[in-house]
Order: sequence, then structure tokens, then C-alpha cells
Amino acid sequence: MLSRIAESLFWIGRYVERADNTARLLDVHLNVLLEDPWVDEPAANASLLAVMHVKAGSRVSREEVLSALGTDPKLSSSITGTMGAARDNARRAREVISTEVWESLNTTYMQLGSRARTPRPHDFFLWVRERAAVVWGLHSATTSRDDAWHFMEVGRSLERADMIARMLMMRSLEGTTGPNWTTLLRSCSAHEAYLRTVRSLVTEERAAEFLLIDRLFPRSIAYNLDKVETTLALIEPGLARNSLTDQARLALGRARTNLEYQSIEHILEDLPVQMQHVQSACATASDLIRDRFFLPASSVMWSQEAV
Amino acid sequence: MALDASTPWTGYSPSAAWDEAMDVDGRVREPYAKVYSEIDKMSSEDLNARADSLANTYLAQGVTFDHAGEERPFPLDIVPRVVGADEWEIISPGVAQRVRTLEAFLADVYGSQRCVTDGVIPRRLITTSQYFHRIVSGIEPANGVRVHVSGIDLVRDQHGIWRVLEDNVRVPSGVSYVLSNRRAMSQMFPDLFGAMGVRPVLEYSHRLRAALTKAAPDGVEDPTIVVLSPGVFNSAYYEHSLLARTMGVELVEGRDLETHGGRVYMRTTAGRRRVDVVYRRVDDEYLDPVVFRPDSALGAPGIIHAARLGNVTICNAVGNGVADDKLIYTYMPALTTYYLGEDPILPNVDTWRLEEREAREEVMDRLAELVVKPVDGAGGKGVLIGPAAAKSELETARKNILADPRGWIAQPVIQLSTVPTLTPEGLEPRHVDLRPFAVNDGDDVWVLPGGLTRVALQRGQLIVNSSQGGGSKDTWVLGGERHRGPISNPESRVEFGGATPVPQSAHPDDYIHGQQQMQQQQQRQQAPQTQESPC
Repeated sequence: MLSRIAESLFWIGRYVERADNTARLLDVHLNVLLEDPWVDEPAANASLLAVMHVKAGSRVSREEVLSALGTDPKLSSSITGTMGAARDNARRAREVISTEVWESLNTTYMQLGSRARTPRPHDFFLWVRERAAVVWGLHSATTSRDDAWHFMEVGRSLERADMIARMLMMRSLEGTTGPNWTTLLRSCSAHEAYLRTVRSLVTEERAAEFLLIDRLFPRSIAYNLDKVETTLALIEPGLARNSLTDQARLALGRARTNLEYQSIEHILEDLPVQMQHVQSACATASDLIRDRFFLPASSVMWSQEAV
Repeated sequence: MALDASTPWTGYSPSAAWDEAMDVDGRVREPYAKVYSEIDKMSSEDLNARADSLANTYLAQGVTFDHAGEERPFPLDIVPRVVGADEWEIISPGVAQRVRTLEAFLADVYGSQRCVTDGVIPRRLITTSQYFHRIVSGIEPANGVRVHVSGIDLVRDQHGIWRVLEDNVRVPSGVSYVLSNRRAMSQMFPDLFGAMGVRPVLEYSHRLRAALTKAAPDGVEDPTIVVLSPGVFNSAYYEHSLLARTMGVELVEGRDLETHGGRVYMRTTAGRRRVDVVYRRVDDEYLDPVVFRPDSALGAPGIIHAARLGNVTICNAVGNGVADDKLIYTYMPALTTYYLGEDPILPNVDTWRLEEREAREEVMDRLAELVVKPVDGAGGKGVLIGPAAAKSELETARKNILADPRGWIAQPVIQLSTVPTLTPEGLEPRHVDLRPFAVNDGDDVWVLPGGLTRVALQRGQLIVNSSQGGGSKDTWVLGGERHRGPISNPESRVEFGGATPVPQSAHPDDYIHGQQQMQQQQQRQQAPQTQESPC
């Protein structure tokens, strides 16, 4: 597979997953604002933007948050910007992805403008999640399980781990008590799976455990970190020690085992810091993957000689 | 009832040009009979609705071109253009003959230049061509083919005679629209396709891939083929990706390629991989910064050297532009006779060579009634149509010609044939041309049945290029029936005799016990109600 194409596929995976999770996250946030009567909304908004690494002042209005993370097509942090980027990458990798996947991304992109203008943001978020599901469904049904599949899978799982970590950081947003654990489980589509697995009411430790380290649920952090590690091994079997791919796996493995082997009470004590560890592990792995697969070391550049 | 009699055809009347659907007395020509009656059954609203849905399909599929930074659907007209089988019997061999002539000419130009020694072509003409690249002379292509893909532009004059307007043997584009137009139109008129026996075009990618495989350097068993595109911002990117996808090969950009030791490689996630055949959609000047424009970032440095060593085949070959120079065009009939010993099947459009003094003087006198074109132009750029030009434009053209007679040719105004086209005012005749595509695999020149019909959407407009606001039509070549006789190979048929069909299974609860269970469950639900009611 061409390095350039692999990079595009990796990013399609990340962007579509990011759009999906940003929609979930905004939905949760709006819910919290509605349900918490004592909320300091401008501070909470600013804090949310900080979680998503968007530069902003200390007081941010609801419109600004919705535009920065939702509807402003010029911002790379927004859902519309992210979906647009996914579509651009799909256009670059047009001959590798299937026609069905391309058309689903392309029609999504073309409807973004009108969908984003809805007076009820919840409808928009629901639609974004639905479109992401359509893309994944078609991708899964039309792609051979070769490198094209693996690179997109790596991108998607990495992004999912990263985004769940960000979502859990919302527990400690400033100016609000944060979403309760039932809301968080619901927004990760995990509530029903949780009830079936844990067979008891939602408690803080149990819910956190489920979203952090459940091995079977596809939206737990540990599940996704593990998925990236195994997929990397499929892309490059017979890993050499200290190779770039191996270093990426190590970074992810460290983050995963840190969650798995620490007591849950300990993690909950400083959840934001723990979640930041997960995010930086994902960023490190992403850079290493880029260095290894997308920028081959031997590139020779033709440069014009100055006389 | 009188109102109901109005159909999309009401008010359609051919203009001065040859109308392909209707003769001057308003009789429908034979190839169009079925298309005419099908549209006749529709209302204008129905026809417009279908045209809209056609445009929407194109947006969803991404069949677009960039217009001022915005993606627009490529305009596809709803009325197909029909070419009868008898006409195709002239066009197809005519185009193939043209391609064979061009091949022979290019081999000669970059070889011994026999045509110059024999006095058929003045040497000056070749050496002054902007696209003659001496750097590639002596490079012998692997299977002798330089024009793997060509697009020979044809027009039909006032008398219905097909003529060659120009040859395109560098990087002819537009074939993707032929393929996607067909896909869209067959969904729009499924009945017509069945009834008319339109010859299929889908074979193209398969043929092209076969031709590229045959063009591989000697000794390469299973060649790695790539399509080289300038990138996603190129206006023909859609075409590049479609060809790569339907041929099942990689689409690369210049930055994906590198050359080491006279071989070309592409950068993959598993390291370097050797490339044997490059179907390039990048112009000569940008192909290799080592020998052409040093500032090009679109090409692969060293690829010409690799081609000279015979380690990679570049398709189409570098330097082909010398053959589709519009002055060489005027010599094509003579070249056909010279190289092939045949009479040309398709005539040229009469052309004045402005280098010749007498011709130049005559043209200068009649400039207002002629068409003047730059010899190296493409896309309708720089073309001056005398009758439609302002006085100042004519003066500028006159000066340009006198300053550089080698740079221009003049032709009489040809009233291009017209085909019914859907406009905001209903169906009206609009001028069209035709670009059939030919694939040369070294043994045989195959002409894609159909080709790209470009249509000028403005009334009276004679320039049909999409960059000048033109659209396209699906081109239907009739006479496909004989290709679809009974399947001759008996082994390919599924044998049903003796075998029992395997039943499709289902969840046992759903059908066999299902009804009984449902009855029981419904009874159980009803039971408490009846018990409770007495209380």
C-alpha cells in the first residue's frame, strides 16, 4: 500500500470517529447545562473547549461552543470541519476505498451545511452519529481485511480511546458538577451493555471500570488501546525490538496496563490526570506510526541547484 | 385534448446545420426513432425531473469539475446522441487508421526521419514544434507503441460527413465521463437500452489495462502498473482515480515515486516497490525535473533516464505532442498514404497553412469569415471565430499571424452538426463534436464504441469544450445485437438437470411452530384480562 494512501486511510478513520464522538460529547454537555440549575455556563463552556484543545477565553457562550465544536466548517475542531477533512482524505484515497464508502462520505459532506443549521442541535448530533455508523457499516461490508482495513482500524481505535478519555474528563469540568455516570454510559452507548454485564445499578466505581478497562465492550479505553496494539502487529508481523512500531505499541501498552492494574479508587482520585496520560500515549503512538509508515526514511528530494 | 398533444418535441426544428435527429422536413432519422418516441411519451416536467435527478447522481458520486473553486456536477444532457451502426463502420476503422498513421509518424520522427528525407514533411516543421523533444529520440518503446491512448476529435459538417478536427495523442482526457455517463443514463432509460442494442463501453478499463500490460519492459512477467496523477486538485482527478480503480492499479503522485539506479519505485508502507509501467496523466514538461522544467513537483526525477534504459515504460510516450501539432495535422492525409499506402478514410477539415505566402494572403483577405487557431492550443483556448469576432479582435489576430505564421492555422467555419438538447426553453438543437477513444496494444487498435460527445450549451455556440461552458452527452452506438447471441461456450452454463435445488433455511421458531406459538402467547396475554374483569 502506498504510504500516502495509508496515511489518508488512517486519518479517515480518525476523523469519522472524532466527528461521531464530538457529537456525543456536545450532546452530553448540552444535557448537563439543561439539567444543572446552579451551572456556571460560561466557565463550563470554556473548560470544555480546553478539554478539546481549542483556544478560548475564560468565559465562552453556548453559541461559541456549538460553533467551535459543532458547526463552523472553517475550524478543524468542529464536526463539520472534521467530516469535511474525512471526505477530502477519502477523495485522495478514492481508488482504494470502495465506491459505497466514498459516496456515503461525500453525501454526508454535502448535507453538512443544511443539517448544521437545524434549530435543535440534538437532531444534528443524532444525524452525525448515524452517518458515521453508515460509513463504518459500509466500510466493514466492502473492504478486504488487508492493510487498507488495518490502517483505518488503527486510526479509528486510537481516536476512540482518545475521545473517551476526553469525555471522561468532563466529569471535572469547572462550574458544574459534571455529567453523572449514567449519562456518560448512555452517551458511549454503553448503558445497556453495562447493565447486562455488571447486573447492578450504576455506581461510580463500576461505571468507571466499565468505560476504562472492560475487555469485551468496544467502547472501553482498554479495548481500543489493545485493538491498536494487535492491529499494528498485523500490519508489521515479526516486530523487531525497538522498532518504531514496537515503540508505539509500548506506549499504548503502558497506558493500558496503567489503567488495568491500578485500583479504580486510585484512578478516580485524579481522573483528569489519568485521562491526560491516555491522550498523550495516543498522541505519541500516532506520531510514531506516522514516522514509521507515512514518511519512509529513504525519501530523496529533488532540489533545484542555486547557481 | 389539444393541450395534451404537446410533448417535449413540440417546437423542435433543426437549424442550418446537419441535425442528427431530424432532417430538414421534420422527419426523424432512423437511428433516433426509438429515442424520439420514448421522449415523446413524456411530459416536459417528467423530462426535467429526470435531468435534475441525473445532476444529483453526479453530485453524490463526485463526478464534478472545479469551477471557480466550487465543485459543480459535470453537465450531462438527458438526450443521448445516437450513432447508427453504418456510421460506426466508417468511424471506427477511420480512427484506427489515423492512430496507425500517428504511430508510424512518431516512430519515424524519433528514429531515422525518413519522412523528411523523402520530402513529405519539411524538417523545419518538426524542429520548430514546441513538443518535439530531442531528448527522447532513440528511446525505443517496449512493444513499439507510443500512442497507447488517443482521442481523435471528429465533427460532422453541413452535409453529414464525418471529418477529423484534431488529434490528441499526449494525454487525452474525458473517457471517465463516457463511462459514468453510461452508468447514469442506463439507470435513467433502462427500457431503451434493452430495446436499442447499445454497444457497451465498460470494456475500456479492461482493454487499457491489457494494453499497458503488453507495453511492459521486456522480461517483466507480471508488471506493476501505476496511474500517475498531478494530484487531487487537478481538474481531471476524478478521471485518474476512476481509471486506477477500475483497472485495479495504484494511483500515484510524483511524490510517491523515486528512482534509484535507473529504476522507478513507489513508496509503500512495506518499503519500496518496483514500478514497470507508468500511465501518466502529467504533461511532458512536468514529468521529469531533471530534463524538463526543474521547478516541477509533479513528476519523478530521473524517470526519463529509467525509460531510456528500458526499465520503465511511460504511456503515452514523451514527445508525442509533435504529432498532434495542428500544422502536422494538415499533412496527415499525405502521411496516411505515405506510411500505410492507404487512402484516408476520414477526411480533414480544409486548412490553410499560414506559413505559405499565397495561403496567408488569401486568409488575410477573408479573415472575417474563417476560424483561426493556434497550432499548439487545447481546450478551445485562443480560437478566433471570424464571423463572431469584433473588429479589434480581428486586428489583433492579424498582427499575431503576421508576427508568427508558424503558430497559427485557418479553417473555414464548420457548422457542426446538432443534436436535440434540453435547455431552459425546452429541447433545442445544439452543436456537438465527438471524441472517440482508441487504445493501441501493439497488435491492434481498439476504438471504444461511442466516445465523448461534447455539446455547446449556448445557442449558436460552436466551441464545445467544457472549459468554455460545454456539457456532454452519452453516445450510443447501435448494432450491438450480433454480440449478444446465445452463449457459445456450453461449459459456462449452470447445469440444473438432475440437481435438486437446496432450500433456504430459517430459524425453526419462525415458520413451523411460529404460528402455533404466537397463538399461545396471544391467549396468555388475553387470559388475565378475562379473569380480572369479573372482580
